[in-house]
Amino acid sequence: MFLDLVQVFDSSFRMATPLLLACLAGLFSERAGIFDIGLEGKMLAAAFLSAAVAAMTGSVWLGLLAGIGASVVMSVVHGLASITFRGDQIISGVAINFLAAGLTVVVSQSWFGQGGRTPQLTGAGRFETLDMPGALQGAEKASANPMMHLYSELVSGHTILVYLALLMVPLSWYVLYRTRFGLRLRAVGENPAAVDTAGVNVVFLRYSAVLICGVLCGIAGAYLATALQAGFVKEMTAGRGFIALAALIFAKWRPWHALYACMLFGFLQALALRPDLIEKYLAIKVQVQLLDALPYILTVVILAGLVGKATPPKAGGQAYVKEN
Amino acid sequence: MTDPAIELIGISKAFGPVQANKDISIRVMPGTIHGIIGENGAGKSTLMSILYGFYKADAGDIFIGGKKTLIPDSQAAISAGIGMVFQHFKLVENFTVLENIVLGAEDGAFLAPSLRKARKELTELAAEYELNVDPDAVIEEIGVGMQQRVEILKALYRRADILILDEPTGVLTPAEADQLFRILQRLKEEGKTIILITHKLREIMDATDTVSVMRRGEMTATVKTSETSPEELAELMVGRKVLLRVDKKPANVGAPVLEVENLNVVDDAGVHRVKDVSFSVRAGEILGIAGVAGNGQSELLEVLGGYQTATGIVRVNGTEIDLTGKHSDGQSRRNRGIAHVPEDRQREGLIMDFHAWENVAFGYHHDPAYQKNAWLMDNAAIKKDTAEKMERFDVRPPNPALNAKNFSGGNQQKIVLAREIERNPDLLLVGQPTRGVDIGAIEFIHQQIVSLRDQGKAILLVSVELEEIMSLADRIAVMFDGKIMGERLPQDTDEKELGLLMAGMSGRAA
Amino acid sequence: MKPIPRWADVALIPLVSVAFAAICAALLLLAINEKPIEALMLMIDGTLFRSSGWGFMLYYTTNFIFTGLAVSVAFHAALFNIGGEGQAMLGGLGVALVCLFIPWPHWTLAILGATAGAMLFGAMWAAIPAYLQAKRGSHIVITTIMFNFIAAALLNYLLVNTLKKPGSMDPATDSFPVATHLPTFQDMSALLGFEKMFRGSPANVSFFLALIACVLVWFLIWRTRLGFQIRAFGKSPTAANYAGISPTWIIMIAMVISGALAGMMAVNTTQGEAERLILNFTEGAGFLGIAVALMGRSHPFGVLVAALLFGFLFQGGAELGFWTSIPRELILVIQALVILFVGALDNMVRMLVGQIFASLGYKG
Repeated sequence: MFLDLVQVFDSSFRMATPLLLACLAGLFSERAGIFDIGLEGKMLAAAFLSAAVAAMTGSVWLGLLAGIGASVVMSVVHGLASITFRGDQIISGVAINFLAAGLTVVVSQSWFGQGGRTPQLTGAGRFETLDMPGALQGAEKASANPMMHLYSELVSGHTILVYLALLMVPLSWYVLYRTRFGLRLRAVGENPAAVDTAGVNVVFLRYSAVLICGVLCGIAGAYLATALQAGFVKEMTAGRGFIALAALIFAKWRPWHALYACMLFGFLQALALRPDLIEKYLAIKVQVQLLDALPYILTVVILAGLVGKATPPKAGGQAYVKEN
Repeated sequence: MTDPAIELIGISKAFGPVQANKDISIRVMPGTIHGIIGENGAGKSTLMSILYGFYKADAGDIFIGGKKTLIPDSQAAISAGIGMVFQHFKLVENFTVLENIVLGAEDGAFLAPSLRKARKELTELAAEYELNVDPDAVIEEIGVGMQQRVEILKALYRRADILILDEPTGVLTPAEADQLFRILQRLKEEGKTIILITHKLREIMDATDTVSVMRRGEMTATVKTSETSPEELAELMVGRKVLLRVDKKPANVGAPVLEVENLNVVDDAGVHRVKDVSFSVRAGEILGIAGVAGNGQSELLEVLGGYQTATGIVRVNGTEIDLTGKHSDGQSRRNRGIAHVPEDRQREGLIMDFHAWENVAFGYHHDPAYQKNAWLMDNAAIKKDTAEKMERFDVRPPNPALNAKNFSGGNQQKIVLAREIERNPDLLLVGQPTRGVDIGAIEFIHQQIVSLRDQGKAILLVSVELEEIMSLADRIAVMFDGKIMGERLPQDTDEKELGLLMAGMSGRAA
Repeated sequence: MKPIPRWADVALIPLVSVAFAAICAALLLLAINEKPIEALMLMIDGTLFRSSGWGFMLYYTTNFIFTGLAVSVAFHAALFNIGGEGQAMLGGLGVALVCLFIPWPHWTLAILGATAGAMLFGAMWAAIPAYLQAKRGSHIVITTIMFNFIAAALLNYLLVNTLKKPGSMDPATDSFPVATHLPTFQDMSALLGFEKMFRGSPANVSFFLALIACVLVWFLIWRTRLGFQIRAFGKSPTAANYAGISPTWIIMIAMVISGALAGMMAVNTTQGEAERLILNFTEGAGFLGIAVALMGRSHPFGVLVAALLFGFLFQGGAELGFWTSIPRELILVIQALVILFVGALDNMVRMLVGQIFASLGYKG
């Protein structure tokens, strides 16, 4: 049982990583007052371009950069629509999701002709797991003590992006609550007029937030295609952008809580991969579909205010128009 | 001779066909308090927005301390030493006082040192100008008077030499306003230059050294305050002698139409807005409710209009009406003979994107006269009815197909009045009937209200304009902090006594 | 922003937006070494010059009319219903239950029963987010998105476990009884003596149901008291509150109507085409309703026109996928571009058009 649990937790980390990156991405954007339901699309675009470039160049790092680039381009579109032209942020997000869903397939078909896939990534085209010093290798596992197992499976043996995602949590917290930029960013999501009259450029701030969101979504997407999987397949984000959005609400727009929410949802996804385990240990048959739907159901419960109230940033979703 | 602290030369600004500012020139000497007075829509706020970099002037120059200065944005205004206290405060409500003051004026990328420095400086400013605030208080938890201080401190923290205040007393009690003017006096003594924008004559007379008058986008005069009188200023503001009293016959009072007993309102945020209020309005009289905005009058109107829950007893024509539940809404009220001209016609009284004819049916859309059959409305009948109402109330242009937003403020208000008064209600609720309405329309609106009263209807009038209350009401009740401080007859009282009541002081002692 | 004449607002702005979307799509095709003009000709040829093309196009159009009307009705109440997809899935469930478990004597009755089932289930699925919005203030955009996923999981569960045809591996119900099968355009034209028309294409009588829905929605929104109240609430919730129009009632009723319309799409797909309930039968039509409603300006006539356009694009896209190396996901790109230009970048298009009118001397 212990080993099974360790494995599920290990897999939870891997499943939670893209959620966490996308969730923090959404956090920056929404804290600045720009709603973003286009996280899914940005991740998808990044997943495709990172895999495509990694496949063509053989370098996963170039792939990562390309993925970030793709996601940032989508962010700029969202910024243009919702900041510069004061359009509806929800509609813009919807458009971005479809744009990514369509473009990735059309372009990958044209480039690779494999029905919307990229070639399988191998070697330097993929992020390798990092083995920490002293981690168990192969045959040692059978005889080692539980602590060593925990260390080897949970602490060690992830790709660098997993560690990066975890590091982003304290970093985001620090930036939001301990720096000038963070103060201004939170202010612009609550009352852009206060920021504007204080002589700070609202448009610049909001674009910065949207771009940060693009970069983080880019890493999340690249992780999917070059670390979790070995290449791009169409629709590979499979709703993760929306789960991240759900996690963001669950976390009430706070970085540490985002970590907890994403770990929970990651755990549910990991469990959904091993429904046999639940049956084995709890002697109940849990439907995979229920595990799939659970993040969404939990989010609806939170939104219904049944467990605490989730209050979004006050100026969220509204374009800023100067007036007095 | 010293340079003026601020000088505007030939400022013009148009929004489409509307000339908001026309060739405006003004000079304000350092260390003085300069008033700018004018009616709603005279262009005062536009001018100040230009000065604070919100709008770009079409023409004209700005000189600060004798130097020609371009102000393309708020940042430039701040560097030029201008601080602005807006009518609607620009504060982040879930931030602390300290965070609000530091926002945009931080030293360096990290917050901690900025906050430390600001905390120290705040103590100094508080001592220097007697502006005490708790730096760690969260904005949404402190009162409006305190919030205004934070706005002033924000400006001072940014080393503003010129302080502009836009309608600063709109949300203050007379006592709080007095305190504000003491602070401004103190700032002036310390060498700051202050521009006070208001439409209240008394403030100008009490607080300023010089005053400029604006009318319809133009600067009509600049005079020394000591050399002018309220009457002269009023005439300059509106362009002719102001008729302050409405002609009306003595009230012919009948039985009580509205009786309110021990009414209490607690709003959604848990604030006790109306406290144990009791009064009555009889047929054929106008009861005026005076008070500074935000002292429970709006909630009182909302309760009577059916969209705020309350406890207590309200009777209309002797029968009790529901204050909660499904028979407490605008429709039930209308069925009981209550019509309501709400305080905010743009947000409540009208749907700005609806045609005039749709707005005339609005609220009365269940009227059988407006239905073709059980399923469909009779739009032709509504349009015809609208055209007739527009003619009787002199709405211009008399076009039922125009959207509400395309009418001027006065004509919008006439549409609402036509809709409500022509229902021939037993009780008319009227909130701020002439807010943002031009002088000509004010007279017409006042006449309509008085003529409804003369038909033996009961009218409850809520207004923050004391003059309006004094001239229209047959009895006056003053609200402060959710309570009725007292009732007076207009002929037995004066603005001074009412002002004390509005500030929460019992008037009898004075 | 510069003023523009009303006719330009109604007709020109959507056209310019669609033109922008078309230009972007053409540039995309050029970028992947395809020929946009030839692609367009192929789409036209495969759709408009053959009766079976029309049959497919009108089949898709039927779906888009329903989902477009669904989004439009919610828009009139200022509600953004992104849940059309989930509501349509539930509608499919309703259709399946009605068709499988009630012995219908004739399709004319079955279509009424199936429509009622589709409306009921779709409405129910919209009613929960509506209730949460009205009573708990839960943002309806987020809850309807969540309900799409929950609906997908639910349908998946039912088709894998409960409703699956016994002995089959396919996650689908058994075929509906023959008496519930709807006449297709092919059947109908055969009756009129044109036996070769619409061969093999799925368009069926539910297209007329969609047209009736257009007319009824028009009456609802612009001629009834309920429509008046829905529009009043949508334009100004504060004014509606003042007038005694209950926000709870309007949110509930508008969403219930919206969900019912989205659900009705399943009459076309599930009863009319598949004749059994299958996974993923919605094919994104619920989302496409957003593009259709935006382009059609939430007006039933506009929705009809937009639904025809997208029906053409869908069928044309399938033709492209069939005859060229351009995958049919190109349609997703076009759909996204239309949503972007007609919806999110509306102000940009308006500024441009306004500039042009201003330079022509138009002053409002």
